[in-house]
Order: sequence, then C-alpha cells, then structure tokens
Amino acid sequence: MEQQELIPHLFRAEFRKIVAVLCKHLGIAHIQTAEDIASDTFMLAFETWSYRGIPENPVAWLYTVAKNKAKNYIARNALFAQKISMQIKLEALVADEPEIDLSDKNITDSQLQMLFAVCHPAISNEAQVGLALRILCGFGIDEIADAFLTNKETINKRLFRAKEKLRTEQVQVAFPSGQEITQRLESVLTTLYLLFSEGYYSESRDTLLRNDCCLEAMRLTYLLIENETTNLPAVNALFALMCFHASRFEARKKDNGEIVLYHDQDETLWNRELINKGIYFLHQSSRGAGASKYHIEANIAYWHTIKEDIPEKWENILQLYNHLLQIEYSPIAALNRTYALAKANGNAQAIIEAEKLDLKNNHFYFTLLGELYRDIDQNKALLHFEHAYQLAKTSTDKQTIHKKILLLK
Amino acid sequence: MNEFILIFRHEDGMKVASPEQIQHWMKQTRDWIGGIAAQNKFVGGNGLPFDEARVVKHNNVVTNGPFGEIKETIGGYIIVKAGSVDEAVEFAKGCPVLQGDGNSVEVRKIAKGDGVH
Repeated sequence: MEQQELIPHLFRAEFRKIVAVLCKHLGIAHIQTAEDIASDTFMLAFETWSYRGIPENPVAWLYTVAKNKAKNYIARNALFAQKISMQIKLEALVADEPEIDLSDKNITDSQLQMLFAVCHPAISNEAQVGLALRILCGFGIDEIADAFLTNKETINKRLFRAKEKLRTEQVQVAFPSGQEITQRLESVLTTLYLLFSEGYYSESRDTLLRNDCCLEAMRLTYLLIENETTNLPAVNALFALMCFHASRFEARKKDNGEIVLYHDQDETLWNRELINKGIYFLHQSSRGAGASKYHIEANIAYWHTIKEDIPEKWENILQLYNHLLQIEYSPIAALNRTYALAKANGNAQAIIEAEKLDLKNNHFYFTLLGELYRDIDQNKALLHFEHAYQLAKTSTDKQTIHKKILLLK
Repeated sequence: MNEFILIFRHEDGMKVASPEQIQHWMKQTRDWIGGIAAQNKFVGGNGLPFDEARVVKHNNVVTNGPFGEIKETIGGYIIVKAGSVDEAVEFAKGCPVLQGDGNSVEVRKIAKGDGVH
C-alpha cells in the first residue's frame, strides 16, 4: 500500500534532520526530548494520515508539527520553572520566541554540528557509533541492536549512558574552533570508519540494513567534504576508501548470505561508478601534506580494484602495508601484509615471517598459514586449516574455512 | 619489554652503488622494517644522510663530515621493542646493511630512566 511505504522511508530521513535541528536549538542536555518530539511527530503523522490521507506536502506538515510541539515543550518548561524556581535562561527563551529554523542550510549545519557533538572523545567508540546511528542516521533501537548483534536493553543502556555523559561534560552543539577542529575531526573520522565497518563486516542477516550503515557513513563523510572547513585531505581519503569497499557490495555476498572471497569474486559485479568516484577522491586527498592511515588504506583499496595480478600490484600493496604498520599496528594489517609479502616475494619468505607473528588466538592467522603451506606441504596446511576451524566463531567464517579443508581432502 | 636502538654502520651507499642497487636496498629495508612492524615491535627509525654532517669537538672545533668513506660511519638507526637483547639481535640480523662485508649493526639497550635500568 502506498501509505505504508511512504512513512518508513520518510521517518528515517526526516527524523534525523528534525532531531539535529532540535538538539542544536535545545542543547545537548535535551537530546532525549528532541528524539521524543520527533518520534511524537511521526506517531501523529501515522495516526492522522491513515484516516485523512497523506498531505500535499508531507515534509512541511512534519516540520510544522515538530515546531509546534517544541514550542509547547519550551513554554511548558518555562511555566514549570517559573512556578518552582527562577530559571532565567528558559524565561528568556520563551520571551524571545525564537523560530525553529528547518531550512536546508540549518539542517545541514545542525547535522554537522551534531556529528561533532556525538563523536566526542568523552564517550566510548561503541557509544559514538550507536548514537550516530540513532541521532544522525535515524535508525530504530531494534535496527541498531541487530547491527551490533546484541539486544535492545544493551543498546538502550549504552545510549542512555552516552547522553548522560554528553550532558555532564556540557558538550556544545557547535563547530569546534579552528585549532580544535583537526583534533576533534580525528574522533569523527574514527567513528565514521567504525560505522562503515559495522555495516561492511556485520554478521547480521539483514543485507539492506548493513548496506544502509555503509551508505549512511558515506553520506555523513560527504557532508564533511561539502563543508569548506572540514574538506580536508584525510576526509577525502576516508571517502575514497569507503567508495572502493562499497564498490564490491554486490560481489561480496551470495544471495544466501555466504561470503565470496576477493579472488573468487565476479568483477563484472563491481560497481565501476563507485570505483571511479573513489579514484577522484583519492586524487583530491593528495592535495596537502601528510599521509594519514586513511590515505594508506585508500591506496591499498585502490590496488584491490585491479583484479589481475599485474607485477606492481602486490609490491605496492606490500609497501603500503609496511608503511601502515609503522603508523598503526593491527593484527589484521599484519596478516594482510604477510599475504601481500607472499604474492610479492614468494611463499617461502612469507612463511618465515608469518611464523614470527604471535597471533595464536586469531583464526585468520591459521587460515593464512594454511594458504601459505597449501602448495608446499599439504599435511601442514590441513592442520592449520583445522586449527582455524576450531578457533572460528561465526558460522560464515566456519563455512569459508570448511571449504578450504574440502579442497585439500 | 625494553627498547633497543640498532645503529647501522656502513659507507655511503651512493659512492659504491648504482641507482638500481639503491632502489633494491630500499625495498629490502622497507620489507625488513615491515616485518618488525608486523610483529608489533617497531618503534621508529631514520636514515642519517651524509650531506651537511658536522663533528663538534673539544674547544668548539667544528669539522665537516663524516663523509661515509669508511665502513664504521653511522648511516641510520631503528628503535625496536624486545624482551631481551638476544631478541633485538635477531631483528638486527635481518638488516640489509649486513650484506656488505665489513658493515655492522650495533645493538644497544635504551635506558628507561626509572632508577633500575
């Protein structure tokens, strides 16, 4: 039915805009109120439109209702404050009757300012991503719980604590000042990167939801690019990285949810438009000094858009990982580096280096060893794959490893 | 876990090798460092170019140099994390500089300044 389809799409897109503007207007201490007002607005829309039909201009209708509810809330609180205590600030608010500005520009500005407020170092990374999904992307609590593979209670607690922290730290909904921007941007980029990864690597069965996470991360990153102050090289590099990864959405998973590994992927399913976008932003990111880890990862991702094993490919990827590991070590980077080493310098050298890595609890480590030994010593390879199978936790991972074992037997 | 500095001693490569050779050494060095970084044991490092080098001695005597003409000249360093000097020595053995007869890598523990070390 036309009506049922309109509201869910509208909810998410308009919810986040309304919440952003209200948060900015009311202050960070009242995030919950902003959410409540927005939610009430949509409840009213659902109830009214069901009987009276969808209005000519649904968005204008929503904004009018949201504004009125906000004004009523402010007026009620002023009244309450007057009766109980002298809260000058609230009185002044009512006296001025400031207009709640839902213009395009203020919506964008508010969203950007909320992005900085939500991605605040005072709260944990998990909480930042959760809040971003809720406030900036308009996801429901159920959806967030699904993406994180946890339950509603956990998410509600996490978000509640995060909002409390933002309130007590008195975080401002405003653009950080000139000097602060680079530092705060670091937090923002980490959260956007985590948000994207959440969607890209999530085990959740809901493909649409996972893709939406990635697209939301890209949308928010693009907001930063469109704004002159935040259109910095690292942001462009992150966006390029996301484009390259997103280009392989269609090829990564089969319809039944099974993962298709990179070298098994059908490259005709790769989205060339996204790859070209990535290349464009990669170029943009090279204006200006400094190579952030996003630059390195974007370059690595660029090389992966070339499927054939041309000579420079793996040598370049190897050197990029060599560099990345110096800036920021991670077990996955160490493993990927070892794989690139095998392709560039040969399996023998890679095996020697691999055995120096102390990643005994990591199933990817043993999968890699299995791969390296496959053409050299099949018994050893099998042992490593079986060890990997023991360590693997998710069914998708176990499936992938099982296939490798079958190939050997 | 301690930090160790690995000091490379060798002549100025540009005097003895072709650009091709130097590029080859560069790959070897990056791969060697990458291997240490992959074990999460790399702290930092740098080459020490020979141009604009000076030596300041007693009585404020300042001379130009060293020029990298002998194999004992310091050409660069890296700092690694290791549980023992033996582990640091194992890292040092992979240094490409050691392909040259007469070159060496000095391995020294870095003092922690905690009153014990």
